[in-house]
Amino acid sequence: MADNYLISTQKLCLHYNLELSFVNALSKFGLIEVKIIDQMHFIHQDQISDIEKIIRLHYELNINLEGIDIIFNLLQKQREMRNELIDLKNRLSFYEGDYML
Amino acid sequence: MAFVDYYKILNISKGATEKEIKSAYRKLARKYHPDINPDNKDAEKKFKEINEANEVLSDPEKRKKYDKYGQNWEHGEEYEKARRQQQQQQKRTKYQYSQQGSSDNDFSDFFESMFGGEKTSYRDRRQPKFKGQDYNAELHLTLKDLYTTQKQVLTVNNKKIRLTIPAGVHNGQVIKIKGKGGDGVNNGPSGDLYIKFIITNKSKFKRVDNNLHQTIHLDLYTAILGGEITVPTFDGKVKLQIKPETKNETKIKLKGKGFPIYKKEGQYGDMIITYRIETPTDLTVKEIELFKQLQKIKNNG
Repeated sequence: MADNYLISTQKLCLHYNLELSFVNALSKFGLIEVKIIDQMHFIHQDQISDIEKIIRLHYELNINLEGIDIIFNLLQKQREMRNELIDLKNRLSFYEGDYML
Repeated sequence: MAFVDYYKILNISKGATEKEIKSAYRKLARKYHPDINPDNKDAEKKFKEINEANEVLSDPEKRKKYDKYGQNWEHGEEYEKARRQQQQQQKRTKYQYSQQGSSDNDFSDFFESMFGGEKTSYRDRRQPKFKGQDYNAELHLTLKDLYTTQKQVLTVNNKKIRLTIPAGVHNGQVIKIKGKGGDGVNNGPSGDLYIKFIITNKSKFKRVDNNLHQTIHLDLYTAILGGEITVPTFDGKVKLQIKPETKNETKIKLKGKGFPIYKKEGQYGDMIITYRIETPTDLTVKEIELFKQLQKIKNNG
């Protein structure tokens, strides 16, 4: 992780109006990875999308962190299955269509 | 413009309490929320509907107005008066909404007409965004295009993006171009650009992973006696020796003459060639005579 891509958890909490304990809980659940440099806590900017998603799921839909963890795992499985489906469709067109992609 | 039955959308009765509305909304939102249904346009549409229904029914003022006019909303005198006022208001506020982009167009024409600028989209109620919006785009290319690495300039939201597309991309593959989405907020990181490749194939080759397949028609005589043929590849023509007594559906492999392997420069799959032997037709009398002689030899040993 390049350091210039890191965002302090303090700044994160300030922007999203979050309690630091919430960010710590996300880290504890393995939903985000917190990096500690000189006793300061940071997250990589690549995790922002996930954090924004977690905030929406937690605050808009009342889903607890265990539930979010399950959702993330299922979404990952769904992505893998979708890729597998694309691959299988491409293979199937070898037998069904005139052309293969 | 059609009437929208918000009670039906949330699957609740007209006498539903505030708590029941909230509960019904949450239940449906958990099912159709875009974060749980990525790339699902039907779910997104449904979510917008339930969001709009909740917007009206969870607000006592809006609900009262909606209940009062209901299906006859177009004929109510008060509605007409309000509509004229809203049209004026919309003229003033339209520019502001269009600036937020199409993704924020969360409400139906029915809602717009009845409540005008009163909406507070679910997006507005969210925590402020930090990371810029992710963009999705589709790029249509031919199989031949992707045999070599391509350089293209795309225009996404008025921004020009120079793109290098590595040879060997697969149909349906999505690549992420980091930081090429919308700008972040408060020095937050920019969003990303996701490009999905749609590949059309007008070549005579079929692709399976990194291998290319083609069927070559052989005349009977070359199949029996052997010979030399020329076959096309994406890399030019290749000469092939046909062995005598080659059987129908024989497959041969031309190593390294297939499709480039994605992000492995200089590495290629194989070309798989299937021979299909053509039985001669429209035979002359002499040819038939000669085949009969061959048959006689075969039968008599």
